[in-house]
Formats: sequence, structure tokens, C-alpha cells
Amino acid sequence: MSALAFMNFALIVAFVAMALGQIMAMIRLVKGPSTGDRILALDTMVINAIGLIVLLGISQGFRIYFEPSMMIAMLGFVSTVALARFVLRGDIIE
Amino acid sequence: MIETIGLVCVGILLLIGAGFALVGAIGLLKLPDSMTRLHAPTKVGTVGIGALLLASMIHAWVLGAGSFHEVLIMAFLFVTAPISANFLAKTNMHKNACDTPPKPPRDDTWSTYAVPAHDGALTQKMDDKPAAKG
Repeated sequence: MSALAFMNFALIVAFVAMALGQIMAMIRLVKGPSTGDRILALDTMVINAIGLIVLLGISQGFRIYFEPSMMIAMLGFVSTVALARFVLRGDIIE
Repeated sequence: MIETIGLVCVGILLLIGAGFALVGAIGLLKLPDSMTRLHAPTKVGTVGIGALLLASMIHAWVLGAGSFHEVLIMAFLFVTAPISANFLAKTNMHKNACDTPPKPPRDDTWSTYAVPAHDGALTQKMDDKPAAKG
């Protein structure tokens, strides 16, 4: 097996694994007994989305997928903190 | 030759990242209670994404347009993961989604349970507001 074929195989495996992870996080988001579980599932889905975008960038060979993943990382952190804070205090900015 | 080594490195890193992401997701789905579930997705956030970003960086170097941009995302995720985990643990404690942790050795209570006096007044005011309106 040539190196390129191996990389393409690994790429497909990674895509499948990330998609499965996204689906599992989604199941936890629907099931999640407590609010903390739901916020955690959303946080995991954001991180998985970053992974999927990075994989898309590798498979297409473009370098433009760096900015979207950076933005999603920042938005994901801010939204996680905002949700957790809203649940804790009933207010985000006091 | 260098290209071959680079591509094999990319493939191995992709497999490592995918494996860790999958393990983290399975943990999120299967673990029994909120606090243990909090621990599983840290694998996705650190090694999973870290390996994928490293693979992306090496792939860019192999293509001849390499840069260190992806390190920024990695550093950002590594810095913010403990903060959001701390917030989620606090949420679980306040929502009684876990057993109450044992008392801290030196103080009376955990700092997140200790509400200062002026803060209590603020909460009181917020509670009063709808009543005054209605």
C-alpha cells in the first residue's frame, strides 16, 4: 500500500469516527438527564465540528479552513461559559 | 522519500486522533453519572483534536505551504478546556446532579456554595422583581 493510499484510508476512518462521535454526543444531548450533561454534549459537539472541518481541510488540500475552525473554537468556549453561567446565576453579565 | 514519511505520519496521527475522539464520545454516552461523564470528552478536546491539527500541519508541510497556524487552535482549546470543565462541574454541584462532595479540609464549605452578603441581596432583588411587577 502506498503512502497516499494509507493516508486516504486513515482520512476515511477519521471521518467515520468523528461522525459517530457527533451522533453519540447528539444522543446524549437529547437524553441527558441534567442541564450540565446537555451543555457538556453541546461542548463536545463543537469540538467534534472543529475536528470535522480540519479533516475536510486535509482531504481537500486547502488552507482556508483554518479561520472557520478558530472561530468555531472561540464561539464554542464563549457559548459553553455563557450557558453554564446562565444556569448557575440566572444572568450572564451582571 | 520525505513525502512518503510525511504522508505516513499524517495517516498515523489521523488514526490516533480518530481513536481518541471515538473513545471520548463512547465515554460521554456510556458513563453512569454527570461528574464521570464530565471526564470523558476531555480526550476529544486534547489528544483527539491535537492529533488531527498536527496531521493537518504536517500535511501542509508535505504540500509545501506549511505554517504553524494550527498551533493557535490547539493552544486555545488547551487553555479554555479547564475553564469550561470547571463551570460545568459547578453547574452539576448546584443542580444536585451529583453526590455532594466531602467537606473541604480547612473551610466550612466549598467556595461555590458560599454566597457573600451583598450577592445574596442581589439575588433577593432579582427574586423580588417579578413580584413587584405582578
